[in-house]
Amino acid sequence: MTEPAIEFRSVVKRYGDASAVAGIDLAIAKGELMTFLGPSGCGKTTSLRLIAGLELPTEGQVLIAGRDVSRDPASARNVGMVFQSYALFPHMSVLDNVAYGPAIRGTPKAQAQARAREILDQVGLAGLEARLPSELSGGQQQRVAVARAIVQQPDVILFDEPLSNVDAKLRRKVREEIRALQRRFDLTAVYVTHDQEEALAVSDRIVVMDRGRIAQVGTPAELYERPATPFIASFIGDANLIEGQVVEGRFTAPGMTLDVPGQDGPATLSIRPERITLAPGGPDRVMTATYLGSRMEYLVAAQVGEMLVSRPIFEPRLAAGQDVSLHIAATDVSRVA
Amino acid sequence: MKAFEGRIGLIWSGLLLASVLALPWFKGGAIGASALAEGVAGRAWLLPLVAVAVALTALTFLTRNWRVHQAAAALVGAGLAWLILQGFGIGLRGPALPGIELLFPAAAAGQPGFGWGAWLAGVALIGALAEVLAARGFCRGERFAAFSIVGIVAALTLFVFFPILKLMSAAFIAPDGTLSALPFLARITAADLWSVGCLTGAGRCGVVINSVVLGVLSAAFATALGLALALLVARTDFRMKRALRAISILPIITPPFVVGVAIIVLFGRTGVVTVEVAEWFGVRPSRWVYGLPGILMAQVLAFAPVTFLVILSALEAINPTLEEASTTLGARPVTTFRTVTWPLLRPALAAAFLLAFIESLADFGNAIVLGGSYDVLSTKIFFAVVGAQYDLGQAATLSVLLLALTVAAFWVQTRWLGRASYVTVTGKSDAGLVAPMPLLIKWAAVAAVLPFVIFTAGVYMIVLIGGFVTDIARLEMSPTFGHIWTAFSFEVGDRGLQLFGSAWDSMITTLWVSALSAPLTMGIGILTAWLIARQDFAGKRAFEFGTLLSFAIPGTVVGVSYIAAFNVPPIDMTGTLWILVICFVFRNLPVGMRAGIAALAQIDRSMEEASQTMGAGGGRVLADVVLPLIRPAIFTALVYSFVTAMTAVSAVIFLVSARHNMATAYIMGRVENGEYALAIAYSTVLMLVMVVCVALMNLAVGRRKLGRRTAVTGTAQPAQ
Ligand SMILES: Nc1ncnc2c1ncn2[C@@H]1O[C@H](COP(=O)(O)OP(=O)(O)OP(=O)(O)O)[C@@H](O)[C@H]1O
Ligand SMILES: [Mg+2]
Repeated sequence: MTEPAIEFRSVVKRYGDASAVAGIDLAIAKGELMTFLGPSGCGKTTSLRLIAGLELPTEGQVLIAGRDVSRDPASARNVGMVFQSYALFPHMSVLDNVAYGPAIRGTPKAQAQARAREILDQVGLAGLEARLPSELSGGQQQRVAVARAIVQQPDVILFDEPLSNVDAKLRRKVREEIRALQRRFDLTAVYVTHDQEEALAVSDRIVVMDRGRIAQVGTPAELYERPATPFIASFIGDANLIEGQVVEGRFTAPGMTLDVPGQDGPATLSIRPERITLAPGGPDRVMTATYLGSRMEYLVAAQVGEMLVSRPIFEPRLAAGQDVSLHIAATDVSRVA
Repeated sequence: MKAFEGRIGLIWSGLLLASVLALPWFKGGAIGASALAEGVAGRAWLLPLVAVAVALTALTFLTRNWRVHQAAAALVGAGLAWLILQGFGIGLRGPALPGIELLFPAAAAGQPGFGWGAWLAGVALIGALAEVLAARGFCRGERFAAFSIVGIVAALTLFVFFPILKLMSAAFIAPDGTLSALPFLARITAADLWSVGCLTGAGRCGVVINSVVLGVLSAAFATALGLALALLVARTDFRMKRALRAISILPIITPPFVVGVAIIVLFGRTGVVTVEVAEWFGVRPSRWVYGLPGILMAQVLAFAPVTFLVILSALEAINPTLEEASTTLGARPVTTFRTVTWPLLRPALAAAFLLAFIESLADFGNAIVLGGSYDVLSTKIFFAVVGAQYDLGQAATLSVLLLALTVAAFWVQTRWLGRASYVTVTGKSDAGLVAPMPLLIKWAAVAAVLPFVIFTAGVYMIVLIGGFVTDIARLEMSPTFGHIWTAFSFEVGDRGLQLFGSAWDSMITTLWVSALSAPLTMGIGILTAWLIARQDFAGKRAFEFGTLLSFAIPGTVVGVSYIAAFNVPPIDMTGTLWILVICFVFRNLPVGMRAGIAALAQIDRSMEEASQTMGAGGGRVLADVVLPLIRPAIFTALVYSFVTAMTAVSAVIFLVSARHNMATAYIMGRVENGEYALAIAYSTVLMLVMVVCVALMNLAVGRRKLGRRTAVTGTAQPAQ
């Protein structure tokens, strides 16, 4: 395998006594879009800023393109960053904003501007070069911010919640744009969000963080289908957690047994609502039935406990109070504890 | 990038090498008299510094990254420590600290003060220290920020704390030069400080009592007047609002003594008003105005605009809906005022009072002109240094007292009031009408303000015409340019422009000092603001407090402390232009700093971070992003420091010399000689010069040009 574009080696960042990042080991491959996902205050932004050089690690090393940059200030690294607030310079034109980076790094002015024009063209902003940022729409400002971050062909481009200032309806479009640009320029990207749907949609891989540590790393499908802990199972999507015992490879809980490989002892299984099938008649009972347009959602009182079940809209609908039996396939569960 | 780092290292070690090998080490030294030469010639204690310079240079060449090398830290630390120790340890006539000859056996030879070489060596070592710290993660590795912090801390230590420490130690020096607590105790308990004779009718009061009485009275009157003014401006449809706001700027640009002189011209024994009143009522003209009444008048006139602004901003910040609520609950205007407005205003009133109290204690100009036999601390300090009996110990003791008083008031102001502020700033537009003022209060305010307005008009009338009539004091009113000509006569002959007027020297020095100190004050002030607002570093709180502290030190105390500190090696610079410049820079620093901090709080920090991630170092970030966005603060800082440099007197009066005299000191001389017309004429010219210079600065700094829809946050509204 080739050398990772970014590497965290036992990185710790402390503010006073509190650890914002409490020991992270992570490698991000070249050309990959890696997302940091987690609840508020778990250290996502801090990790991102450690890559940018806007914070320096208290312990451990950060490597970019194989080089230890732990003590290099932001200005000595080659990273592009898209800020939550865009951070466009209000006193400079769009063109000057984008040409700023190359000019700072010593590219002659004419050349820097030519390069900026080229990038602006590619992000679809041709013709707006002379405007001030305040004269652009929110989406356009966002694209300027991206153009400004990629104009210098950075080793990595960093996004800190880039969609939080974008109108809800535009989000999907902008997120697709970002993903397309990242692919087109073959950029290594690190993306911070606390929106799990957004994370699933844009990422090659996702890092789920919890209280300054990495809880799990994996592709969106791995995280969704094979969550490693109850925290991840319930943080990404909805999950039913079933507690029981494993004895000689068989999991038993009240009213159910499943083949689950692994160590004997107490266990927790996670099953997604859409993986559960319901058949009319049986020991379980539908408590509520909710019509959601694209699907039906049922809350079922089963022997193992209350289960959330989600069924396609075209299946025969069940009503609250109806008796049902609940089926779970062993291949659809993952053991989270 | 790596090569660049190497080069920065070379700059500091190169500078260090040059300063020990080539530049004159001592003040006034010859070109060849470097540290090396002096060291070889007998002042052996300089040689280790040469060794440090050579070793550090070698290190920058021999190691790949000298900044992280252990030896670099050790060398820089040792170099700085040695520089300071030998500088302060060995005076002009040998050892200056007890026991120092153990460390420097040859110290008896003595040494003059720091010259170019020593100063630059200090700068180079500080630069290298910043590099070493930055390489270890200080300031997130940003060398510019690291250098700024280390540099400013060093400068504050040298020019604010060191003089104060020196002053305190001077308070313990007996007349024969020995150090002991007895003279301090004797001086500080003296009857002429604490006597309350004037109250009991048994003679005069002590200076401290005088000062405090004056301070309390002056602050009380100024606060009451400020409140009246603020109420009229904020809560009535009073016609003259704009004029009142304009008046509030006057004291800032009015040179000291002018108001005092105008008061003498009006109310002195032969004053216009006095004579008229005497004729009408048949009383004997007296010198009643000299003393407490005169100083009080002048101070209230000077401080009322300040208290006015403080109270006005509080009054305007009160959410009208609160008062409205009270009114809709059925309260009469007087009740609303008493139960809602007044309690909300109280913190502002206290703040205004303390501010005026501090200013009154620090005031020197009015007290010296109008004081007569009413001694206050600031004048007493002045006469202890300048008078016939040059007694630095006495001056220092009094200074320590004055300092304790003002710092205590300052402390109360920041601590106690900081918590008690109820002012509600919500950022919402406050719909709702302000409560109508109770009539009684309205007329009381008018009654208070009217004399003030008439009085101000009278005073400035005198200032306006006094310089251009034969003798305003005797009401000889024939127009003349004679006074101006005495001060500023010139001739353009075959030998070019020749300046004869007696005031030219002081005018030119003043312009130089102002022109040098204003940009420096602004630059350091804004830089400090940026460091405080944007950098996290150990000791930031202390740093901030230190910068603000210099604001609480009265000018007289600064003057005495500078004499105590900078009259002797290693930093002997009394009598130079630089001591004047430095004095102003560090006195006015907090103003630029506050303006900068306020402006920076409006600016989204991620713009600077964006600039950094694109490759800009701290200096570029400042120049490209920060400064263009905080132009108004820059302008404020520039104008304020320029204007104060032209009008301040309390500190400079101690620091001027025959060669470098300042306008205010010159004017004071004229006032002492009774040449009132000349003093007024000069003051008029000074005010004119200030107005012109401020207009020029406005052109140079310019207005902020930003898009119409801008908030300076870098965030724009989400797409609609
Ligand atoms: N400059 C700082 N000083 C002290 N503590 C800080 C600082 N910056 C961050 N922290 C703390 O570090 C922790 C992690 O912060 P971080 O900004 O990385 O969270 P986050 O995951 O980005 O959260 P969010 O989703 O809310 O943006 C938080 O508890 C925060 O309070
Ligand atoms: Mg965050």
